Amino acid sequence: MSLISVRHLWKEYDDKVVLEDINLEIEERAFVALVGPSGCGKTTFLKMLLSEEIPTRGIIELDGKPIPKEPGPDRGVVYQRYSVFPHLTVLGNVLLAKDLGARGPGTRLLGRVFGAARRAATEKARELLAAVGLAHAADKYPSQLSGGMQQRLALAQALMAEPRVLLLDEPFGALDPGIRADIHVLMRKLWHERALTAVMVTHDLPEAFGLATRVIAFERRRDEPSDGGRYGARIAKDIGIWPPRVAGAPKAV
Amino acid sequence: MRLVNRLPAPGWARVLALLPFVAVLVLYLIASAMRLADNPADKLLPSFATIGDAIVRMAFTVDIRTGTIPLWSDTIASLGRLFAGLGIATLIGAVLGIAIGVLPYLRALLGQFVAVVSMVPPLAILPILFITMGLGEASKIALIAIGIAPLLIRDIALRVTDMPPQQFVKAQTLGASSWTLVLRVVLPQILPRLIDSVRLQIGPAWLFLISAEAIASESGLGYRIFLVRRYLAMDVILPYVAWITLLAFVMEIALVALQRRAFPWFAAARTAQ
Ligand SMILES: Nc1ncnc2c1ncn2[C@@H]1O[C@H](COP(=O)(O)OP(=O)(O)OP(=O)(O)O)[C@@H](O)[C@H]1O
Ligand SMILES: [Mg+2]
Repeated sequence: MSLISVRHLWKEYDDKVVLEDINLEIEERAFVALVGPSGCGKTTFLKMLLSEEIPTRGIIELDGKPIPKEPGPDRGVVYQRYSVFPHLTVLGNVLLAKDLGARGPGTRLLGRVFGAARRAATEKARELLAAVGLAHAADKYPSQLSGGMQQRLALAQALMAEPRVLLLDEPFGALDPGIRADIHVLMRKLWHERALTAVMVTHDLPEAFGLATRVIAFERRRDEPSDGGRYGARIAKDIGIWPPRVAGAPKAV
Repeated sequence: MRLVNRLPAPGWARVLALLPFVAVLVLYLIASAMRLADNPADKLLPSFATIGDAIVRMAFTVDIRTGTIPLWSDTIASLGRLFAGLGIATLIGAVLGIAIGVLPYLRALLGQFVAVVSMVPPLAILPILFITMGLGEASKIALIAIGIAPLLIRDIALRVTDMPPQQFVKAQTLGASSWTLVLRVVLPQILPRLIDSVRLQIGPAWLFLISAEAIASESGLGYRIFLVRRYLAMDVILPYVAWITLLAFVMEIALVALQRRAFPWFAAARTAQ
């Protein structure tokens, strides 16, 4: 059974159709890259996977059950901007996933883990920071980091919550080419090493084909001004990368 | 070079900053000397010596009738009211402002109401406060709180809704409840902005305080100024005004310093957005 299952999904704003009749099955451990012209509804689709927007019609299932009505720790997100919190240090940003996510009455009341749980969380956060190459910057604030470092932090923070699905909306779109290449290496490594299923929106085709197991292109069948928004985008292409990339087997690429 | 590109050297900038103050003092000295030369009994622009005498009398001499030093007892009375009023308003502004900012239901319920209430001129309801709460401390503190709280509520609510919506979604994907979202994400980012808002309300707070003291009080800086007005005692009024200005200015500096020390991330984050 697939991890994410999207069936007959429509999204309309007022009388403008953005997405029409999207059908998609995403396997566990897949890395799906979502491409398409600007304004075709990629972000809208991601927002629906995140429960930030509600579909006009259709069903999205996660693990065979309809997705919850609001965002939750089962689905993590990395945006192009505003992913990390400016008032927390690098370490504080990563710890926040445990501070907010851990159960227990004290934590629910104060939004903070204490004692042994905090020490364990700190250790795990430092491991993650080391994995994304930010071990030396643990005590800095995000405004003291470069754009690439901020996105590495955003990845670490999202992964700390151990989401089933990681959603990324043009996460590396604002980075310089050299820094982007570095972070691609990191992204590939994280996907191989962790139990990750990823859906990433990107404008960069080499990035899509370089990282993903599957590239999906949204496109409107017709996009004339005279159509008045009657046609939404559909899945125009659904390309499996060949030879297949297998999660956890970097040599297989 | 264009005027917009000409920068004063750092030392020169400091001199320039002092210049208007010196100019006002010099102008005062000249005008005062001219009037006193005309009429030595003139009370409107007293000489520095007369003002000095008044300062010694008000700030360093125990008043035999009350057994206190007037300037200090006035200052303590006024600051007590001011801090109480500002404190209550800040608390209400933070709690209600954040609640209205994050909870759509509360925004629907109270948004318009607070907007209307903030249009009520506070001084117009001062008589109502005197009637309902008496002429004591409560009505003066209430005037300051009522005069400032609605503006703070609106300002804070606006700043909360101005936060990037991604942060709210992001916190939820990390497991936040409504409460922990407020506690760990909204509140810490709003506090330094609250300090900014309160800074801008120091002036109005003094305005409400002095108005209330002028109308009904037996102590306080405003009370004193309006009391000695009857004798045209400019030698007392002028140092009192300068003292009030200094107090307000020190409060401003203290808040800026607090913001910088308590929220070291804020200055950079503000320019980054
Ligand atoms: N809240 C909204 N209300 C009305 N229309 C909206 C809303 N959000 C998005 N749209 C419209 O939906 C369409 C798809 O927007 P979306 O942001 O999903 O595009 P996108 O594929 O992510 O584009 P880009 O590549 O530029 O990021 C656009 O035409 C946009 O104007
Ligand atoms: Mg987009």
